[in-house]
Amino acid sequence: MEQHITAPLSKQEAAKLKSGDYVYITGTIYTARDAAHKRMFEALQNNEPLPMEMKDNIIYYMGPSPARDGRPIGSAGPTTASRMDKYAPSLLDLGLCGMIGKGKRSQEVSDAIVRNGAVYFAAVGGAGALLSKSIISSEVIAYDDLGTEAIRKLEVKDFPVIVVIDKDGNNLYETAITAYNKE
Amino acid sequence: MRTIQVGDITEHIKEMCIEANHFLTEDMKSALQNACEKEEALLGRQILNQLQDNLNIAGTDMIPICQDTGMAVIFVEIGQDVHFEGGNLEDAINEGVRRGYVEGFLRKSVVKDPLIRENTKDNTPAIIHYEIVPGDKVKITVAPKGFGSENMSRVFMLKPADGIEGVKNAILTAVKDAGPNACPPMVVGVGIGGTFEKCAIMAKKALTRPVNEHSEIPYVKELEEELLEKINASGIGPGGLGGTTTALAVNINTYPTHIAGLPVAINICCHVNRHSVRMI
Repeated sequence: MEQHITAPLSKQEAAKLKSGDYVYITGTIYTARDAAHKRMFEALQNNEPLPMEMKDNIIYYMGPSPARDGRPIGSAGPTTASRMDKYAPSLLDLGLCGMIGKGKRSQEVSDAIVRNGAVYFAAVGGAGALLSKSIISSEVIAYDDLGTEAIRKLEVKDFPVIVVIDKDGNNLYETAITAYNKE
Repeated sequence: MRTIQVGDITEHIKEMCIEANHFLTEDMKSALQNACEKEEALLGRQILNQLQDNLNIAGTDMIPICQDTGMAVIFVEIGQDVHFEGGNLEDAINEGVRRGYVEGFLRKSVVKDPLIRENTKDNTPAIIHYEIVPGDKVKITVAPKGFGSENMSRVFMLKPADGIEGVKNAILTAVKDAGPNACPPMVVGVGIGGTFEKCAIMAKKALTRPVNEHSEIPYVKELEEELLEKINASGIGPGGLGGTTTALAVNINTYPTHIAGLPVAINICCHVNRHSVRMI
């Protein structure tokens, strides 16, 4: 099913998303990848504040290429989500509602998605030029020294993603493959 | 003896880094186009069409095809009658990478130390493989390698008794474990034989062979065809979201090995299988 949602995303709205849905996101999302997650995790361990609110927000696992003049961002496709698996359950428990990446997640992440009524989306890997066209603005809000790995606040319009893991724990990577398996 | 100024090499490398990150080679473009026509899954076709749009936007607006503009892997085949002048060749190559990534708005993805992890901010150093060949030419291949797929690559030190079935299992295991993480449809580079490091370098180099060309060794060609069919029967599909296009090609290189060994390396590349080749 095709759905249009706005970000931030409430748990009520997230509950309407089903594994396999094609979703267009409009609104505000945040980027964070390996190094930013490590820092956020350390901040939590030291009881320090996070650079942005987790509640109802969506994190996009992405580190862009530099923007050319006149553009908000460079190439901007998803990175492999499993590298963030160590950190994701803590953020989900703090209210994070959605993650955008590509590739498999651990059982711990899937459990945390179900426990919190959150959602894991995939964007098409290796389509960074196309995806950059759905990003209207980009602003570094934390960890500027990390370069491409800094945390960015993005305004997106009709950003195309697919629901992989929904709040019931259905996983498109597992179900879709069986449909075309000819072994 | 032919003399080449290393400054010329720098200029070539710079241009090739930018070119490879914005334009795929013709064989890769037609393989992706063919896949669009043959894919059975609706979502799979939709994803493959997005990849076509992505390539068009990349080339027209000069936005890198993928934000992971890779670590610059460079093969340099140097004719033994060539003499380099004007400085250190390796420094000249790295200077080309530096200029290409800084001036070409490419992402800087290299950290200086694997554990301390401080970004070098200019994507150097490159990974350079030198080879001395007959003649007075220099062939350069710049192949920026993204790490989503690099991370899913494997080396298996099989036993001779494992034979061809062991090799097939190793390749299929690597591809299935990679699944959606490696951004399928992928290109699968394989090195069989040699030593631990030789098979890995062969696998990497196999990725630079055009995807519409097979090995010249008849049994290896058959193996490439059989494995491609088996990989595409896995159902993984474009983006790992189900379908009949999981790989565009399986390219296998072989080399003599030791009586006690059967090394196999599988270097997986995503659909952004980039390389720029020049003969100087």
